[in-house]
Amino acid sequence: MRHGKYPFIIGFLAVPVALYVTFVVAAYFQTFRLSLTGWSGLGPIKNVGFANFVSLWSDDLFWKSLRHNLVLLILLPIITIFVALIIAFLLNVGGGFRGGLTRGVWGSKAYRIIFFFPQLLALAIIAVIFGRVFAPDQSGLLNGLLPTKSAQLWLADGHIALACILAVLIWQAIGFYVVLFSAGMGSIPSEIYEAAALDGATRIRLFFRITIPLLWGTIQVAWVYLGIAAFDAFPLVNIMSVDRGGPDGATSVLSLMIYRNTFELSHVGYASALGVVLFFLTLTFAALTLRVTRRDTVEL
Amino acid sequence: MAETAAPTLPARTRSVSRKPDVKRDVSTFTGLAHLGLIIWAVATAGPLIWVVLASFKSNTEIFLGSPFALPKSFSFATYVSAWNTAHIGRYFFNSVFVVLISTAGTMLFGSMAAYVLARYRFIGNRVIYYLFVSGLAFPTFMALGPLFYILKGFGLINTYTGLILVYIAYSLPFTVFFLAAFFKTLPKEIDEAATVDGASHTRKFFQIMVPMARSGLVSITIFNIVGQWNQYLLPVVILQGEGADSKWVLTQGIANISTSAGYHAEWSTLFAALTLAILPMIVVYAIFQRQIQAGLTAGAIR
Repeated sequence: MRHGKYPFIIGFLAVPVALYVTFVVAAYFQTFRLSLTGWSGLGPIKNVGFANFVSLWSDDLFWKSLRHNLVLLILLPIITIFVALIIAFLLNVGGGFRGGLTRGVWGSKAYRIIFFFPQLLALAIIAVIFGRVFAPDQSGLLNGLLPTKSAQLWLADGHIALACILAVLIWQAIGFYVVLFSAGMGSIPSEIYEAAALDGATRIRLFFRITIPLLWGTIQVAWVYLGIAAFDAFPLVNIMSVDRGGPDGATSVLSLMIYRNTFELSHVGYASALGVVLFFLTLTFAALTLRVTRRDTVEL
Repeated sequence: MAETAAPTLPARTRSVSRKPDVKRDVSTFTGLAHLGLIIWAVATAGPLIWVVLASFKSNTEIFLGSPFALPKSFSFATYVSAWNTAHIGRYFFNSVFVVLISTAGTMLFGSMAAYVLARYRFIGNRVIYYLFVSGLAFPTFMALGPLFYILKGFGLINTYTGLILVYIAYSLPFTVFFLAAFFKTLPKEIDEAATVDGASHTRKFFQIMVPMARSGLVSITIFNIVGQWNQYLLPVVILQGEGADSKWVLTQGIANISTSAGYHAEWSTLFAALTLAILPMIVVYAIFQRQIQAGLTAGAIR
């Protein structure tokens, strides 16, 4: 029975492990090593110790980008989860009670299909679409709808450019979480709602006292996913924003800085140092999320 | 609503006495619910409809400032120009080619690794498993530079081979993580019966385990197709250099038109290109809507 087990195991694992180690693991390891060098991408690799991190400390653009990442990291999950929960609740419980059963609103299936669609589009394509939606002249969708007097510069206005990027991220993300939360709500037995409703609980109470506690595990997962999305945002900033990260660094994020330092400024060492910072940020974020949101999950 | 339910449920006399109130409350709430949902549906579909409308408009019409006005005439000239002159056709088929091979490769290698890791005990099993799974926690971004120079060392920059291998490698963590959990749930008995019947390990995998794991495999295949089709960062990093623009994938091609459209002032071509990129997704989504939703949310619902 055990005959040929090891050759089989090695045969099945060799290619995937080789690919993964070569292109993923090795790349991550080299990021750490290169972060201590001043390599430009060509020529000999010289160690410079922590010089890259020292210059990061006094790099205004770095702090700006970091701040933008943190703003996205906080606002993207909060707004997306909040809105998606409400929409999912309306879809699933909005139709009221019939014969003691909670019902979804009429057409909830169609709504769900529409809401989910942006999730299927590439962020790069969404970036191109919204680059035009936010066009600063009359050709933009928003300025076209607004009266000429209140037209905005949108992405060209440093005060609201980041908010525009955030809005697009939210626009794309919500549908996915509506579907996710809907699936979770679907598994909450309707007897619970029925019992609470008979006791005179209002819908708002139902939402906060029943739906949210029972969905806590899913909300946690959503928070982690959205946080990771907030660390990226590269396609949006690279394609949509004015001057790529502008105006005047108003939408710069760490991912864009890594890209530009690697491929445009030939500061591979510096980019790797940024990568290391990003790595620890992601790790901290994941650990914090799991700690802060830890709560006794309610088992059904 | 309560009216029809009340006679059959005499125990609920309490709610019957409050019938008119409850009913009004319910319908107001339902009305508000619909209002909210319609607003979001419009916000979702609006920009996409606007793109399609604008693809038929002349520059003058686009700059007129009434975004949802119907175009004066419908001509598909902009589409022809987007498909041929702006090379959307080529980018589209490049994407199809790359994603076909890379998803097939991801599924083959991912399921092989996941199967062995899930169902065979050997030294190093856990180490390899966690090596794969830890890849889920790292942002692709942090290793951009090193990845480029590794590929360059192999002479794989600006090649589809490089792009496909990297797609596979970066899709493995999630694929292995998900499928390993799936393979673990399959019953042991059939496995043992097949062994008694003298099936080899390889045969057992392809003829028994893969068919049994079909639903999981379908979900992850969809997940990978969508993820790889929509990839932008990796192609931008890998497909650069001389003559790279003929190899570009769709996301790259469209992003490039958007930056150059301003100079040529051919906005309708850009909108036509966008429509061409969106339409296939709508068609595919219309057909496989359920499977796609299940596939994309598969990772989050455990």
